[in-house]
Amino acid sequence: MMLKQGIDWSDVRWEEVWKASKDTLTMLGASLLFTIILGLLLGVVLFLTSRRQLLDQPVVYWLLSLVVNILRSVPFVILMIMIMPVTKALTGTTLGVQGSIPPLVVAAAPFFARLVETSLREVDRGVIEAAQAMGASRWEIVRRVLLLEARPGLLAGITITAVTLVSYTAMSGVIGGGGLGDLALRYGYQRFQTSVMIVTVGLLIVLVQILQMAGDLMVRRFSRK
Amino acid sequence: MDVCKEVIALIELTDISKSYGTGAGAVEAIKHISLSINKGEIFGIIGHSGAGKSTLLRCVNLLERPTTGSVKVGDVELTQLSTTQLQRERRRIGMIFQHFNLLSMATVRDNIAFPLELAKLPKSAIKQRVDELLQLVGLEQHAGKYPAQLSGGQKQRVGIARALANNPDVLLCDEATSALDPQTTNAILSLLMDINDKLGITILLITHEMHVIRSICDRVAVIDGGKIVEMGDVLDVFLKPQHSITMDFVSQIADSFDPRELINTRSGRLVKMNYVGEITYEPLLFNAVKSTTVQFTILQGTVSRMKNTPYGQLVIEFIGDNGEIDNVLNDLRAKGLEVGELK
Ligand SMILES: Nc1ncnc2c1ncn2[C@@H]1O[C@H](COP(=O)(O)OP(=O)(O)OP(=O)(O)O)[C@@H](O)[C@H]1O
Ligand SMILES: [Mg+2]
Repeated sequence: MMLKQGIDWSDVRWEEVWKASKDTLTMLGASLLFTIILGLLLGVVLFLTSRRQLLDQPVVYWLLSLVVNILRSVPFVILMIMIMPVTKALTGTTLGVQGSIPPLVVAAAPFFARLVETSLREVDRGVIEAAQAMGASRWEIVRRVLLLEARPGLLAGITITAVTLVSYTAMSGVIGGGGLGDLALRYGYQRFQTSVMIVTVGLLIVLVQILQMAGDLMVRRFSRK
Repeated sequence: MDVCKEVIALIELTDISKSYGTGAGAVEAIKHISLSINKGEIFGIIGHSGAGKSTLLRCVNLLERPTTGSVKVGDVELTQLSTTQLQRERRRIGMIFQHFNLLSMATVRDNIAFPLELAKLPKSAIKQRVDELLQLVGLEQHAGKYPAQLSGGQKQRVGIARALANNPDVLLCDEATSALDPQTTNAILSLLMDINDKLGITILLITHEMHVIRSICDRVAVIDGGKIVEMGDVLDVFLKPQHSITMDFVSQIADSFDPRELINTRSGRLVKMNYVGEITYEPLLFNAVKSTTVQFTILQGTVSRMKNTPYGQLVIEFIGDNGEIDNVLNDLRAKGLEVGELK
């Protein structure tokens, strides 16, 4: 019916689209920042504790690995609801931009941690040994060898994580998280305003495109092989 | 060779063993090895793949901790040190690797600066030292390049510069030339010899190529199945190999002396001669036979150099009067040649 009449662009309230875009970018920026910090930490610890690596703590590795796997296997929407008490305690609300950041980080950090672990595994063992032979401490090896040598892989991991976060922010609209996903859901889906749906989805596509291109550019910029 | 040099042990490995794994699957990579490396020498360890060379070498800086035994470098018992003490001691022990193991994300300059930064030298001192090292290994033109932009030989030069950065007493070389072509191998070997000569750094290297041993080593140990099967001055080991593994390696570079075939086909008296030093270049054989009626034919042989020492090894057939041949042989023995009759 609506399609027959064509798309009614007058439905689109641009100031709302603008606000929603800003919300999405804020959620993305803040959650990406915390995800990188926590994920990097977790990923490095996962790598170091794994078998035959610098710390070699199989039990610790197994436990961390289990936690990461559990968090990664729970669907995002359910995770969001599950950790609501934590969210409330941390930010004072479970709604809006603020309320959506903790679940986003809890969902994305374990994912990113695995990507970190994988790219650290790619680092040539011989280089780590050379650093050990030169008298480097474990911390120096992490900071000055591992993180340096894995940089292209880490940048690629950050890109993938950012893109994943974009789709998560859209989903957080379901529980009133705000942003473009929220807009698409409320107007596009519930009120059958196709034009709003098209605009929001279009903006999300553009955002993902930009993130991917920027990421690829960085990876290429830092590649030395 | 140099008898005046005072002999001081710099590295002392005492009864070290290393096993990997436990229980039924355990592998004993090295078994009760004791070894003493003198200050200032170039010591080579040769063995086939899996003989335990890398394991042994890595025990010297405790990259691999021996299951039992003591590792002393310059009077410090490394196995007793705390982690931080060990890290400090390792700065006195440089190491280079078969696959170079450079930081791929850092430039040549930054790779060489890395150990200096670990040692917390001030920036200006680091820059100055890196410049010196770049010059030492001849890479001034390549300071800003990344390892991926260098040839294998250049990468190993970076590895050497990096290993020498903190003025170590010892340089450990794990198959340092095995990934290089013959010409580059020789260039790197002469660089190592230069470093040993000029800086007095003791070098302990492992290899599976006899050529490397012959070119630069003073002493050699042959290792097989985790044990040292033969050890001594390179010349002695080379000219008079005792163990079958050693003979294998010697035959890599010399024509193998398998005289059985000659013994069966030749009718004259067959003699094997070894000689070392300046007499190599004297007309010894000619002088020995010129006043006699004895004739000779060289059937097999090598005249070459080992590190800086010329040597020769020949199988010769003498034809003529037996008494005269005896005189010739005694004459040669008196000149310092080692003469042994095969038939
Ligand atoms: N980390 C390890 N775990 C288990 N076994 C090992 C380990 N490292 C070495 N080994 C075993 O120890 C033995 C000696 O190995 P090593 O690497 O010292 O030999 P190598 O003489 O250096 O040989 P190559 O010339 O091939 O490098 C081999 O049987 C090898 O399989
Ligand atoms: Mg080896």
